[in-house]
Amino acid sequence: MLSIKDLRASVEGKEILKGINLDVNAGEVHAIMGPNGSGKSTLASVLAGREEYEVTGGSVDFLGKDILELSPEDRAREGLFLAFQYPVEIPGVSTTNFIKTAVNEKRKYHGQPPLDAVSFMKLMKEKMNLVEIDKSLLTRSINEGFSGGEKKKNEIFQMAMLEPKLTILDETDSGLDIDALRIVANGVNKLRDENRAIIVITHYQRLLDYLQPDFVHVLLNGKIVKSGTKELALELEEKGYDFIKDEFSLSEAV
Amino acid sequence: MEKINLEYLGQKFNQLQTIDTDNLLSNVRREGFNTFNKKGLPTFKNEEWKYTSVSDLFKKQYHLTEDELKPAISASQVDEIRLPGFENANELVFANGKYVPELSTIRSSKAQLVILPLEEAANGIYKDLVKEHLGKSSLFINDAIHALNTSFIYGGVFIYAVKGQIIENPVYLYHISDAVENHILSQPRSLVFADSSSKLQLVETYKTIGSMDSFTNEVVEVAVKANAILEYYKIQNDGPNGSHVGTTHIRQIGKCYAHTVVVSLDGGMIRNNTNIIMEAAGNEAHMYGLYLLKGNSHVDNHTLVDNRMPNCFSNELYKGVMDERSTGVFSGKIFVRPDAQKTNAYQTNNNILLSENATVNTKPQLEIFADDVKCSHGCTVGRLDEEALFYLRARGISKEHAQAMLLKAFAESIIEQIKIESLKEYAEQLIEERLKGDNS
Repeated sequence: MLSIKDLRASVEGKEILKGINLDVNAGEVHAIMGPNGSGKSTLASVLAGREEYEVTGGSVDFLGKDILELSPEDRAREGLFLAFQYPVEIPGVSTTNFIKTAVNEKRKYHGQPPLDAVSFMKLMKEKMNLVEIDKSLLTRSINEGFSGGEKKKNEIFQMAMLEPKLTILDETDSGLDIDALRIVANGVNKLRDENRAIIVITHYQRLLDYLQPDFVHVLLNGKIVKSGTKELALELEEKGYDFIKDEFSLSEAV
Repeated sequence: MEKINLEYLGQKFNQLQTIDTDNLLSNVRREGFNTFNKKGLPTFKNEEWKYTSVSDLFKKQYHLTEDELKPAISASQVDEIRLPGFENANELVFANGKYVPELSTIRSSKAQLVILPLEEAANGIYKDLVKEHLGKSSLFINDAIHALNTSFIYGGVFIYAVKGQIIENPVYLYHISDAVENHILSQPRSLVFADSSSKLQLVETYKTIGSMDSFTNEVVEVAVKANAILEYYKIQNDGPNGSHVGTTHIRQIGKCYAHTVVVSLDGGMIRNNTNIIMEAAGNEAHMYGLYLLKGNSHVDNHTLVDNRMPNCFSNELYKGVMDERSTGVFSGKIFVRPDAQKTNAYQTNNNILLSENATVNTKPQLEIFADDVKCSHGCTVGRLDEEALFYLRARGISKEHAQAMLLKAFAESIIEQIKIESLKEYAEQLIEERLKGDNS
């Protein structure tokens, strides 16, 4: 589904991603872990199309398309979804109107007619139950005055409404209490199936306990330096990143 | 130098003075013309006109409205300017600056609302009111442009909300300028009096017919008595050939409530002076403005809140979006006089620049001579929020549509202050079409 080859990117002339290689197939959940500043969020931003990052090399194939050539909106319409680490507050734009616009622009892109009001409300209701989000939040302006947990829930709700093929969760667990984490993780789990894939970017084991990833990758200094199964995450939790740094610097030296 | 044709104006002025020899009005005109001659056109050296140049406007050879009051406008042309909600409104038509009763429709009863040609009011039972209140704005705006309007007061309107009457039908003032054959100078003049415990809603809009240029030089003077409510709305969506200098001078002479909304969407050179003079203790005023500009439009909003008595409250919020080569100006003056203790006066001006070639100048001016007051002002100039734009795009919403959504949200806090529902919906629709149009 997603094939990243030797991806390099920089911001303001400073290279952050130094040759990322990653393949994600339908139905898989990949976790990307790594210390602060290793390039995890940069990877998410580059995939979603944030313009301040300059891609300096490599390629990203998503469902047979070179997505680096696409605008952020077209990437989303092709089925890529980024759950933001810091969802933006947008006063004056109602959440419902926003999601309706997003759903219908995506439908238009795929040659489908817009959803009528009744079908849209029905879809909203169904997905609201799925992610346990309070109806009153959706009548308010986007994320305005939402708590940290509510913002993250709103991200998962949008994911449910847009039914993406590939979801990138960028530190969705940060700032969540245990209950909110459980609700968010359950929401994500309900949206999992064999046709969709998820990339989870996180510092911590606790979200992975719920999501049970198929693969875990360690990102260090702009490169994936180690890949393994979910046991690797447990090892990291126990030993910290230092053992990998040591291992990595040894192999670099050779 | 300005090619202002003084000879032509002087000739027209003398002509008018001989036709309409009413003492009250002719004296006011005489004073206006003296000021006009004495002051000369304002240049950028005049602090109040630093960012707005009128010299280009006065280079044109205008046709000044004839002194006769024959309507130059047909009923079907009036239909084109009618605003939504007109079925329920008192519709006053001004042709080239002159009030035309034949084309106007008064729907309120005379027991509630009196609408008369200004000359008739100045000679009848409202003579004392006219004498007392006409021309008070000259004390605050004493430049030659304002004086030019005063020099030609003729064919104006007198609007009187009767004591204790809640006027359900808003008063719509349609200003139509016929610029089919000539550049036209229209100079409407209105005197409005809202008596004690009355409620009055005024709405003004402008339209230029034809491809020549129009210049509407307007003065509206309003006096509001105790416990009355005045709402004033100005919707400017004329073509780029329609220029405008307008003064709305509201005096709160009893403890009362005033609410103004000025929306400027299109036009040539526009200057709006909106003044609130708080002459009684405990006055409350809310002033809003939105300017959404493109092309070469220039919109200058000058506001004045003059706190002369204690315990007054005022809140101002003006917002602007400048695209293409347009320019915006906001200048907000707040006076707090020595007697105006316990004043609360707030002012905010937010601007978004969408183009490299757009400009905005914003200038708060607070002059405070009392010591127990709360005053604040703030202004911002920036670009559209890039983070918000990316968030919307990352959900599959096109850049153009996302930008329109954000701008509409920005404008909404002003538009929602329009308390006449049909007018609010109309303004929303104009803005939506405009934002869509910009993207095509």
